[in-house]
Amino acid sequence: MTATDYRSRADRARRAIAEQTSGPSYFDLFWTGVAGFFTLLALIPLVLVLVYVVIRGFSRLNWAAFTQLPPPPLAPDQGGFANALIGTLIMVGIGALVSVPFGVLAAIYLSEFSQGQVPRWIRFATNVLSGVPSILMGVFIYGLFVITTGTYSAVAGGFALGVLMLPIIVRTTDESLQIVPKQVRWAAIGMGASKFQTVLRVVLPAALPAIATGLTLAVARAAGETAPLLFTALFSQYWLDSLFQPTASLSVLVYNFATVPYEGQQRLAWAAALILVGIVLLTSILARWATRKQIY
Amino acid sequence: MASSTSSPKGKPIEARSQRSQWSDRSFTWLTRILAFGVAAVLVFIGVQVAIDAMPAIRRYGLEFLVTSSWNPVDDAYGALPMIYGTLVSSLIALVLAVPIGVGTALFLSEDFLPRPVRTVLSFMVEMLAAIPSVVYGIWGIFVLIPFLDPIGGWLHQNLGWIPLFGTTYRGPGMLPAALVLTVMILPIITAIARDSLISLPPALRQAALGMGATRWTAIFRVLIPAAFSGIVGGTMLALGRAMGETMAVTMLIGNSNDLNVSILAPANTVASLLANQFAEAGDLQIAALMYAGLVLFGLTLVVNILAEMIVQRVNVYK
Repeated sequence: MTATDYRSRADRARRAIAEQTSGPSYFDLFWTGVAGFFTLLALIPLVLVLVYVVIRGFSRLNWAAFTQLPPPPLAPDQGGFANALIGTLIMVGIGALVSVPFGVLAAIYLSEFSQGQVPRWIRFATNVLSGVPSILMGVFIYGLFVITTGTYSAVAGGFALGVLMLPIIVRTTDESLQIVPKQVRWAAIGMGASKFQTVLRVVLPAALPAIATGLTLAVARAAGETAPLLFTALFSQYWLDSLFQPTASLSVLVYNFATVPYEGQQRLAWAAALILVGIVLLTSILARWATRKQIY
Repeated sequence: MASSTSSPKGKPIEARSQRSQWSDRSFTWLTRILAFGVAAVLVFIGVQVAIDAMPAIRRYGLEFLVTSSWNPVDDAYGALPMIYGTLVSSLIALVLAVPIGVGTALFLSEDFLPRPVRTVLSFMVEMLAAIPSVVYGIWGIFVLIPFLDPIGGWLHQNLGWIPLFGTTYRGPGMLPAALVLTVMILPIITAIARDSLISLPPALRQAALGMGATRWTAIFRVLIPAAFSGIVGGTMLALGRAMGETMAVTMLIGNSNDLNVSILAPANTVASLLANQFAEAGDLQIAALMYAGLVLFGLTLVVNILAEMIVQRVNVYK
């Protein structure tokens, strides 16, 4: 390339720059405006949903809502969702009981004991599992559990929620363990600790705050899930007196009562929706706040 | 071994006890089995649903996918309208959510606003994903559907000659369902697009600006192309979510088993079909529903595997 070539190129570049920098760039202003507008558009639904849920739900939140059974169709503003609240707590509890040990131990293998391609494939499968539609978790547990036991039950609902939580727990635990520096493990091994001791006494406690945050988020998500419960736990108008009978949950109550033409039940559905949003929002904000301070 | 090593004081270090070695090995094995167990759950779901779908697969074969009748009385089942509804509702949601999501991601990854404000806004967008699906459903029934009434009416009156708006707006239908789906998948697209934009090497932007590009020229010509695979990966993940989304859709889509091109008419998706009919279905109907569930499983599996492959490539780049 000759010197004149370079010179003409430089000239062209200079001219291009001059064109772009002369005067305010309407092109840039326009696109900044578009991006800002889209951001606003993305946030409007959040505000609208929150405002409506609070307005419609809050007025119905009284003592009865937390202590009584769901009202019959034509009773205005009576009754509550006490049995659904209990049902949700129990099923989320069963789900956590199943999936937390399972998920945490599996994540320990991925982050601490595995080598080569195996962990990559398992992580891949975990991510794909978290993308499986939650209603299919319900279909799966229906085939596995409801058909064999012959009844819709809190246990089946809990298992469905457990399957739903499992990939989230594995991923967050795996990520939390990986944040713990290698040196911590070397120090423990160097002191003569066995693998078992290193993981359980040193690495796991160090990662515990992050893991706990992840678990809380997973549990909160599960509490708001409806689809896996529709045909595993079903619903019930009555108090729960056995883990092997149809069980009410807050989320299914919202679904059932929002889709009927009775105003009393609709108002209760809004109140239950407010509780669900409250649970998820509070845990998310707390989790965000807790992870701001990181140990390592 | 133990006798050959000695501590500074000269006392021999004892070999690890049998018990300690045994606990180490069994603990490692336990975690290994459970880790493979997680992957096995994925396979197990597919197999279990396939087994339960067997009676319907044998009876209807592949015709199930292209027939449009859902009649428990005559045992005639075909899932075409639901598969069509699943794909169309997801596609409409994607078409709306991708520009909005990428625009939001750009707005929140560039320095248009002070950092604390951006952090709060990003968190708020993430919150969209945290709101339970059923809450979107109840909101859609009582707020969105009435709100869309004049808009739907206008669309039919003025654009009714287009088949897409060929029926009158009667409330529950494809339009409100697709709009709520848009809101629900927005945070996924925004989060992943933002991550891949932020993780680009700063040198790229500096080089573009150094060449005299303005901010948006740099964004369109350099940053978006460089982050493109991340954006595509996020879009695929969002597509998978949209296809499997159940509660909000089933509450808003009208659950009509007839195929209708108009987005103002009621429709159905595979997920909402399952949600509606499963609890009250008879034997063969259960099998047919399981078959539909298997189709949904296959669809989301393919989409998610592709998405994961793309997103993993992006992470390597990071």
